[in-house]
Amino acid sequence: MSETTKKESFFTRLLTDNPVFGLYLGICSTLAITTNINNAIGMGVAVTVVLTLSNILVSAVRDITPDDIHIPVYIVIIATLVTIVGMVMQAYTPALYTALGAFIDLIVVNCIILGRAEAFASMHPIGASAKDGLSMGLSYTLSLLAMSFIRQLLGTGIISLSNPFTNEEIFALRLIPKGFEVPMFTSQVGAFLTFACLAAAIAAYKNYQSAKAKEAK
Amino acid sequence: MQLFTMFLSAILINNIVLSKFLGMCPFMGVSTRLDNAVGMGLAVIFVIFCSSILSWCLYYWLLVPLHLEYMELITFILLIAAFVQFVEMFIKKNSPPLYDQLGIYLPLITTNCAVLYVAQDNITQGYNFIETMVNSIAVPAGFMLMLCIFACIRERLQGNDVPKAFEGNPIAFIIAAIMAVAFTSLSGLV
Repeated sequence: MSETTKKESFFTRLLTDNPVFGLYLGICSTLAITTNINNAIGMGVAVTVVLTLSNILVSAVRDITPDDIHIPVYIVIIATLVTIVGMVMQAYTPALYTALGAFIDLIVVNCIILGRAEAFASMHPIGASAKDGLSMGLSYTLSLLAMSFIRQLLGTGIISLSNPFTNEEIFALRLIPKGFEVPMFTSQVGAFLTFACLAAAIAAYKNYQSAKAKEAK
Repeated sequence: MQLFTMFLSAILINNIVLSKFLGMCPFMGVSTRLDNAVGMGLAVIFVIFCSSILSWCLYYWLLVPLHLEYMELITFILLIAAFVQFVEMFIKKNSPPLYDQLGIYLPLITTNCAVLYVAQDNITQGYNFIETMVNSIAVPAGFMLMLCIFACIRERLQGNDVPKAFEGNPIAFIIAAIMAVAFTSLSGLV
């Protein structure tokens, strides 16, 4: 595969096979924690780490797991990893840990992780599973970033980023003048609206692609 | 009185779907028809009520005496998975007609984040046994209420001319946004 088609296929996969907006997996956390970019990055990294490690572990034990109890085995693996990630975050990034709250623990029931363990890692070798976990985690993180960027920009008018370890602000940029921001976007209503529009945009892109493919035939 | 306030606020004000965004997957998945929504709602109420009470007992009677509080997550998720499996087998054996109605929803409930959330919330809020019981029935009742309202709206929506890109789930999220507006106005109630 040449470099350009590889890049293109990553881009199309990112859009059309997007776990959040394309397949509607892991919606709960996407809606809840995307009020600002910091939370989105923190959550994205946490999920990517758990997803990659769980894919590796599931793939490693795939031959010795009895078929009847494979779901409980996967759940124990995932829950252990989430507990570890939660403890690490509590120790090193306490502000982020407080901001994300219950949603760290709820990574366990994030459908993306169990879904990938079941659909991919349980029948592929370790290397491929790790790669799959990493790419799925990245596209999840990018979806969170897109959501949080729109919501933070429209809701507060400021784009800011702070260091999760020290809680110091790295930069803050006001793009919308004071008084013109729409606070609704940081509330629940904004979450649903932003999600709907992004999902519709992805669907429109898919429709456009399939129409083009039909024409080419 | 305090318990009643708690009950009401869990259903209407802090509604688990609209204000905490939990249980979105089944919310979007099975809300296309009213009878499916009722079936799923009942199954969720039953599972959350029983599994939350079991988790509460397990936490205070086993994990706290043994100083194993950090095992909370693993214990709860295993308990929920095992409980759902058990209920599924029990219903299948004893009441096949009920199984045909609820059976397809039960495996879905394990990955419903609402179940794990309620079990953990009871612990983090420090509820006693009675409060746990009230909370564990009010939260899924709010879920069922939302699911039913939502299913009714989506049934009406089926014949309508929606822009092509918004067909299916995106328009459902728009509806959820409008419902969230309606429910925010209830926040002054309690």
